[in-house]
Amino acid sequence: MPMEEIGIVSYGAYIPMNRIKVEEIASTWGRNPENIKKGLRISEKSVPSPDEDVATISVTAARHALSRVDINPADIGAIFIGSESHPYAVKPTSTIVGEAIGATPELMAADYEFACKAGTAAIQNCIALVRAGMIKYGLAIGADTAQSAPGDALEYTASAGGAAFIIGKDNIIARINHTCSFATDTPDFWRREARKYPRHGGRFTGMPAYFKHITEAAKMLMTKMGTKPEDYDYAVFHQPNGKFPLTVAKMLGFREEQVQQGLLTPLIGNTYSGSSPLGLCSVLDVAKPGDRIIMVSYGSGAGSDAFDITVTDSMKNFQREKAPTVKQLIERKRYINYAVYAKYRDLLYWE
Amino acid sequence: MRDVAIIGVGITKFGELWDKSFRALITEAGTKAILDAGIEGKDIDALFVGSMSPGRFIGQEHIGALVADSSGLHVMNIPTTRVENACASGGLALRQAYISVASGIHDIVVVGGVEKMTDVIGGEATDILAMAADQEWEAFFGVTFPALYAMIARRHMHEYGTTREQLAEVAVKNHDNGLLNPNAHFRRKITVDSVLNATMVADPLTVLDCSPISDGAAALVLAPLDKAKQYTDKIVKISGSGQASDSLALHGREDICTFKATVEAARQAYKQAGVEPKDIDFAEVHDCFTIAEILAIEDLGFVKKGEGGKATEEGRTRIDGDIPINPSGGLKAKGHPVGATGIAQAAEVVLQLRGEAGERQVKDAEIGLTHNIGGSGATCVVHILEVV
Repeated sequence: MPMEEIGIVSYGAYIPMNRIKVEEIASTWGRNPENIKKGLRISEKSVPSPDEDVATISVTAARHALSRVDINPADIGAIFIGSESHPYAVKPTSTIVGEAIGATPELMAADYEFACKAGTAAIQNCIALVRAGMIKYGLAIGADTAQSAPGDALEYTASAGGAAFIIGKDNIIARINHTCSFATDTPDFWRREARKYPRHGGRFTGMPAYFKHITEAAKMLMTKMGTKPEDYDYAVFHQPNGKFPLTVAKMLGFREEQVQQGLLTPLIGNTYSGSSPLGLCSVLDVAKPGDRIIMVSYGSGAGSDAFDITVTDSMKNFQREKAPTVKQLIERKRYINYAVYAKYRDLLYWE
Repeated sequence: MRDVAIIGVGITKFGELWDKSFRALITEAGTKAILDAGIEGKDIDALFVGSMSPGRFIGQEHIGALVADSSGLHVMNIPTTRVENACASGGLALRQAYISVASGIHDIVVVGGVEKMTDVIGGEATDILAMAADQEWEAFFGVTFPALYAMIARRHMHEYGTTREQLAEVAVKNHDNGLLNPNAHFRRKITVDSVLNATMVADPLTVLDCSPISDGAAALVLAPLDKAKQYTDKIVKISGSGQASDSLALHGREDICTFKATVEAARQAYKQAGVEPKDIDFAEVHDCFTIAEILAIEDLGFVKKGEGGKATEEGRTRIDGDIPINPSGGLKAKGHPVGATGIAQAAEVVLQLRGEAGERQVKDAEIGLTHNIGGSGATCVVHILEVV
């Protein structure tokens, strides 16, 4: 049975403009910033302002996606938002976004959570609904304002940002050739109900978690597609820090040049559910028709979603300039110190 | 008392072994030791296991029975005993097994040591290890083991002029040895600079002055010397065994730069073996922190008090030095799954004495010593092993 072509119709990104440098956090805790910069390959991270949350980030990314195409928002039949920092424990972010962009009320809406890979799970479900003919367009968003306990190693990387993808059949700029997933019960990182900060298993988050799931999902995808690392122009891997994606690329046989365009963590930190989706946005900002992309997300707990994507000829007429590129969003910044960071991230206490 | 020989050794890889459980580790080590000895399950009369805190690390007590069960020895209903004396649990289990064979109560005894430390996260392992200090007078006030050993290091530097660089040399040397040990937790070279510039743990000790949190197990098979010849030609005899105690808290000592428990345990072992420190060809000592190795080589009588740092700096403790210390990589590089450590030390000495230590082989090794400490020196077990 020939598969209908389904893919990305448009995309949009958003990154809050506040940045805090590794030096600023390290000096607060009496740590050597050079060791951290070298160890995590990160120099600064984005920080949400007090009036920014996953709802506002998602709305902005969705509006950026809509501004690049001539689509009636009412034709969006599903909105799925993946995040581990939904503003409400009970009450969906997806309805807030749906209302804000005019996609309500004939709308399937749901919030997803799968650590850092809920955004790519949203993409997969939009693909399925479009393929089933149940919706014309689906809006998949991955966004986070990631939590990190003060003084924890995560504090250097946990950041904010998000990306939105309109999935459909018409005028697709990038065809999703295939997607598959690898998931196991691996408790490397978690946040329990009503807890403010996540906990993690230290180095356990590496080899048996991140590296195992990404490499297995990537190999599964390449086996199914009959492809090799050199067949791809770009590779986007989940990026909890600046080091892991380069290491996993090497393990799989990808070159650093294939990874570089989608590697954003060194400059904005780990945007969790926004991480690999923002990396994909950065690739789509520069990709040409015919370019082939592999994206593999990772969510703790644990699983990876792998995607094989080919940029189509429609990219030529796509109005990328109608919304800011990831590069522009990264360059749009102002620095804050740890005191302001503490205020913004609700770390202060008074009665 | 009968003479006792070690006729089999088994050791697992040490490290962060995410895919190996407590029972899998000790069963693997035990099986290797039994195969090495060439005995069968039905030959085994008793089982001893050293483990420090499986109750808090994995929520499991009743370790003797667990190990018999997981290794299949429970079908013979043999006696099993778990031994605990903090980080000296392994060394003490060996001593208990030794006594049981020497006394004539048992013939063939398997003794293991094991710890599964990486199932807890973050600082919890530090808290669990701190249970080996005095809870009421030390741990309660926030003292951890790195802090206790840091105080010892500071005092040693003050009393004897030991330098920060000399401490680092211990770690550098042990990492060099670890490179040669396929089972070592760390197999990478470090430098004095990298030790000095690593993350500070408890001034003056950085993270590279500290032994790691490791998973691992080791096991030995003991037999009366007169029966050992039935099983092996490469007989290693336990010629001396000593054990001593001291105040649990560091502040109960007259001098924190000397571990009297080491001095006394060594005195007993030397006396029984009829040897002196100068007769020891090499030693596996308890370098949980770099300063601990310096104390050990002084308290064991290899160098004069206060000269441990200088001897290390001069390279005397390297594998090719005149007093090779920790050819296995020591706790620092080989790893420190606490309950396993004392047994792993003896396993290394046996391999060295048999001439089976590969690239890290100490030349002409005939008499070796193990030194296993509990806490900050409140327990010490010393064994002297020699080729028959």
